Amino acid sequence: MNGKTVLVTGSSRGIGRAIALQFAREGYRVAVNYYDSPDALPETNQANLQQAEDVLQEIEAAGSNGMLVGADVSKPVAAQSMVDKVAKEFGQIDVLVNNVGINKDQLLLRISDAEWEDIISTNLSSAFYCSRAAVKYMMKKRYGRIINISSVVGIGGNAGQVHYAASKSGLLGLTFSIAKEYGARGITANVIAPGFIQSDMTAGFTEEQKAKMLSGIAVGRLGTPEDVANAAAFLASPGASYISGQLIRVDGCLSSL
Amino acid sequence: MSVFEELRKIIVEIKDIPEEDIQLESKFAEDLEADSLDIVEMLMLLEEQFDIQIPEEEAAKLKTVQQVVDYVEARLNA
Repeated sequence: MNGKTVLVTGSSRGIGRAIALQFAREGYRVAVNYYDSPDALPETNQANLQQAEDVLQEIEAAGSNGMLVGADVSKPVAAQSMVDKVAKEFGQIDVLVNNVGINKDQLLLRISDAEWEDIISTNLSSAFYCSRAAVKYMMKKRYGRIINISSVVGIGGNAGQVHYAASKSGLLGLTFSIAKEYGARGITANVIAPGFIQSDMTAGFTEEQKAKMLSGIAVGRLGTPEDVANAAAFLASPGASYISGQLIRVDGCLSSL
Repeated sequence: MSVFEELRKIIVEIKDIPEEDIQLESKFAEDLEADSLDIVEMLMLLEEQFDIQIPEEEAAKLKTVQQVVDYVEARLNA
């Protein structure tokens, strides 16, 4: 154990899970946030809880420990009380990773108001709510690391992802501004833009789509959730204390975006 | 501890200046070199200490130590 704590939003699966496990291997106590909402079906909440419990088991197998915090972080009150709960249980939040994200590809002309709201509130507003809540604790300790998980499409845009890309671009401005506002308080903020990562989001691609995707990646493979997790762990490490307000692409040198 | 003493302690913590420099007539910006974030942090700590909420429009009016002490005391006596 290294005495530090981390809260990772949306860490019951995918990139968030890999980040939670990487931090656990490095000795952090880890708060695993999973989606839990009174608006969702009970079986959905149950399935998410199950996945989160599996992550917690793996955290313990890695020699660390942690806690589960079910919350719909797209909602301000839920996000605030989640952060308060983690701060109370752990005594401090040293690192916040705003990772939670959803996607539903659709052409601009076909995106409904509800889909727009849903993606913006889950991917962008959640990071605002959680950061606002966590910065209060970090400021008191004069120490904090905020790491936001954006996307290369937040830099270059992408057809069919107007809402998703807008939410991911929003995370850039959020990150850079927090970095400037709280730098003097010992808090750094950085943003990671993953490229094509093997996850639920890319699992549905056809062979043809995959081949096309690979042709634009200089290192010649899809990224793994661990590639992103390594970058996050580095940004949280003592050696990265002078790195703030930065965007790091983890995309294998992607030429198309 | 009085509101003034508590406020002094908080400002010392945030600004790392000698307690004697903080007087009732001290202006945050001019005399104590406090920036907007210092003031927000000070109010946040006062809110916690005295279990009150200071609305943004009230907070914006608080420019001196005396004004904050008066405001908090009025709230505590309300």
